Amino acid sequence: MPELTAWDGLPLGGIARPGEAPPLRTGGWRTGVKPAVALDLCINCLLCWLYCPDSAVKLDGTTFVGFEYDLCKGCELCAVVCPVDAIAMVEEDDGD
Amino acid sequence: MATEPRILTGGQAVAEAMRQIDPDVVPVYPITPQTPIIEGFASFVAAGRAHGELVNVESEHSAMSAAIGSALAGARTITATSSQGLALMAEVVYIAASMRAPIVMAVGNRALSGPINIHCDHSDSMLVRDSGVIQLFAENAQEAYDLMVIAPRLAEHPDVMLPVLVCQDGFTITHSAEPVSLLADEVVRGFMRPYRVEAPVLDIAHPATQGLFAMPDYYFELRHQQLAAIHAALDAFETIACEFGELAGRRYRALETYRVEDAEHVIVCLGSTGGTVKDVVDELRLEGARVGVVEIRSFRPFPREQLHELLRVVPTVSVLDRADSPGGAPPLFADVAGVRGGAECELRSFVYGLGGRDLHPEEIREVFVDASTPAYLGLRGAPCPV
Repeated sequence: MPELTAWDGLPLGGIARPGEAPPLRTGGWRTGVKPAVALDLCINCLLCWLYCPDSAVKLDGTTFVGFEYDLCKGCELCAVVCPVDAIAMVEEDDGD
Repeated sequence: MATEPRILTGGQAVAEAMRQIDPDVVPVYPITPQTPIIEGFASFVAAGRAHGELVNVESEHSAMSAAIGSALAGARTITATSSQGLALMAEVVYIAASMRAPIVMAVGNRALSGPINIHCDHSDSMLVRDSGVIQLFAENAQEAYDLMVIAPRLAEHPDVMLPVLVCQDGFTITHSAEPVSLLADEVVRGFMRPYRVEAPVLDIAHPATQGLFAMPDYYFELRHQQLAAIHAALDAFETIACEFGELAGRRYRALETYRVEDAEHVIVCLGSTGGTVKDVVDELRLEGARVGVVEIRSFRPFPREQLHELLRVVPTVSVLDRADSPGGAPPLFADVAGVRGGAECELRSFVYGLGGRDLHPEEIREVFVDASTPAYLGLRGAPCPV
C-alpha cells in the first residue's frame, strides 16, 4: 500500500503530471485466461498491438515479441483480431 | 474615477462590466431573465468593443463544459445563466469547482420549474449551493455591476481558484433601470490581474492530466481542498473589496449591516429584498423601533463568524428565505441557525417571494412588529401545519 497524501499536500484540483501516477498492474483483473502467441504463425501485422486497449502487446522496435501480462486484462481482443489465428486464449498456468 | 451615473438595468450594467473586463472566452446560452446580459455583451462584441470569443453553445450544459475547457486552457472566461439553465449545467458546475476553474458567471435568479415560471426566487442558486462555487448576491444594479468587476479577482485569487456566481434577482434587478455609476474602462482593466492557471491544458511542453478519477482513498481529500479554498475566499473577498472600495468609493463586505447598532430585531436576507427592508427599517426607526437589516452579500462562503457576533447581541432575528426546502428548513434559515452557537437570540423563519411574488413593505413591517406573523409571507390561506 503506497503512503497516502493528506489533503493539503495534493496539487490544486488533483492534477497529475507525467510519471506521478503509481504504476497500475491491471493484469490482476484477468479472470482465468490469458493470450498466448505462436510466433511461428505470426505475420507481424501488429493488429493486436493496434487494438490492445492496455498497451500489453510488447514490441521490439516494430516486431511483435509477446505480451506484458502485468498490463493484460485478458479481454481477448488480440485473439479475435489476429488474422492468422496465431493468438489463443489459454488457462493462466498454461503456455508462456 | 467613476464616470457620470447612467440609467441602466442590472443586465445592462453587468454587460458593461463584461465589456470592461474583456474576457477571452464567453460560452453562453440565452435564458430569461439572464438574456439581456448576454444580449448586451454580444452587441459589444459585434461592435468591436469587446474582443473575446463569444461561443454560441447548444445548451447550458455545454456552456459550462466549454467554460471549464477555456478557463483551464488559460483564457479568462465568463458565462451567464438562470433557473433551468443553471439546473441543466448543475453537474458541470460541481466539476468546474473541483477542477478549480476560475470561471465567473452572472446569474439572473429565477424560480425553478415547476410549475414553470420565469420570475425571481433563489431556488436556482440554492440548487448549486453545495457545489463548491462562490455565490455573491447583489441588492441592486449598482451592486451587480460592482460585484461583477470584483468577481474575476476573487475567482482568480491564488488562494481561491473557484468559480464565482454573481447573483442578481431576475427582473427586479436584471430588467429594472436605475442610476449606475460605472468605473472608467481603464480603471477596470487596471483592476484585473494577469490570468494564470496552474497547468494550462494547451501548454503541451508541460502536460498534466486534469479532472482525474478519485477513488475512496482520495475523493475526500480533494473535496476538502475545495472547502479550504472557499473558506480562504472570505479573506480574499475582504482584501479585494477593500481595494475596489478605494477605486470606486463603494465598500463591500461578505456580510453587510444596516442600522443594527442597538437593534432588538434584525432581518437577515439575500438580494434585492434588502433594499425594501432598509426602507421599512428607516420608517420603523422614525417610530422609535430598534430594528436593522443584515444582508448576506457572500452566501457561499457564508460569513459565519461575523454573523455569530451579531446573533450574540441581537435578541430577535428573522430570516427571510426566497427559496424553500420542502420537508426541511429553508436554506438561509438553516445557515443562520447553524452559526447560532451559544447565542440566546430568538430565530424566526419566513419564506416569501416564490415564483416572483412581490414582498410588500407592509409585510416586512409585520415581521418586525407582529410576533404572530405566519411563516409564509403573502401566501393565500393559512400555512399547512409543519
